[in-house]
Amino acid sequence: MTRDLVLRVLGKLLIPFVLLFALYVQFHGDFGPGGGFQAGVIIAAAVIFYAIIFGLPAGRRFAPDRVIETMVGAGVLVYGGVGVAGLLLGGNYLDYFVLAHDTVHGQERGIFWVEVGVAITVSGVMTKIFYLFAERRRVQDES
Amino acid sequence: MTLLTMMAVVTVAIVVQRNLFAVVVFGSIYSFLMATALVALDAVDVAMTEASVGAGMSTVLLLGALYLTRGDEVKPLRRPVLPLLVSVVIGAALVYGTFGLPAFSDPQAPIHTHVVPRYLGESLRETGVPNVVTAVLASYRGYDTLGETTVVFTAGAGVIALLRRRRQDNKR
Repeated sequence: MTRDLVLRVLGKLLIPFVLLFALYVQFHGDFGPGGGFQAGVIIAAAVIFYAIIFGLPAGRRFAPDRVIETMVGAGVLVYGGVGVAGLLLGGNYLDYFVLAHDTVHGQERGIFWVEVGVAITVSGVMTKIFYLFAERRRVQDES
Repeated sequence: MTLLTMMAVVTVAIVVQRNLFAVVVFGSIYSFLMATALVALDAVDVAMTEASVGAGMSTVLLLGALYLTRGDEVKPLRRPVLPLLVSVVIGAALVYGTFGLPAFSDPQAPIHTHVVPRYLGESLRETGVPNVVTAVLASYRGYDTLGETTVVFTAGAGVIALLRRRRQDNKR
């Protein structure tokens, strides 16, 4: 953990806004620039920022390994699940038209869940890779 | 033009610099310049990705990797003449290839006459999503994006498999 007071206070101030911005990028991606991939990276950046300032153990308490590892696979499953939902409702794989009564609403719903899946996987993978690199030195020192 | 000149300067700095920390920082600067260039080209979505992934995330990961290694690049044992020659030849071939491309923002270019009119004209009516990039990415090219997500997943799984086993070996 860094002893730098300015960094810690600024980090505490900024991280909520970074997470809020990630949500904005995620859910406003239909109207402005952004989408699941960018939002996922921004979420991961917030977690990494936190872990750098307050130390890896604090970051792990905020986002435990088990949650992160589940996210890595869950996002792909959500994405694939949208496709399967299309199949079950009588369309082709990844066919969004059948997801709601109105084809346009079906499209919006499909795009929404697909973007959610992308964001989950991307943020999970990015955070996990950072954790793995960051804990490496500690493991080497112990051995 | 200013941007491209700055990017060229940064590239030369990366090649000349032997301190890897400086190289990583220069790489981050390069990514930000690239993101600015993409904004100038009106590709805001790509610029956002470049800024967050190229300048932010890869810089952090590279610094994390640098933390595990030594901070200076080792001098090469031999002068890299052959690799230099290969790079120059391939670069020249690529530049030669660009002469065959249609002019920049030529409306008659094949890429602008195939499916683009439908995407630009119909995507709002068909998908209800005003951002054409999102519509193409998540709906028209849904399979591509599924593949990309799977690639990210596979990369993550690969890194987990590689780095975690070492830890268990050490414990034994």
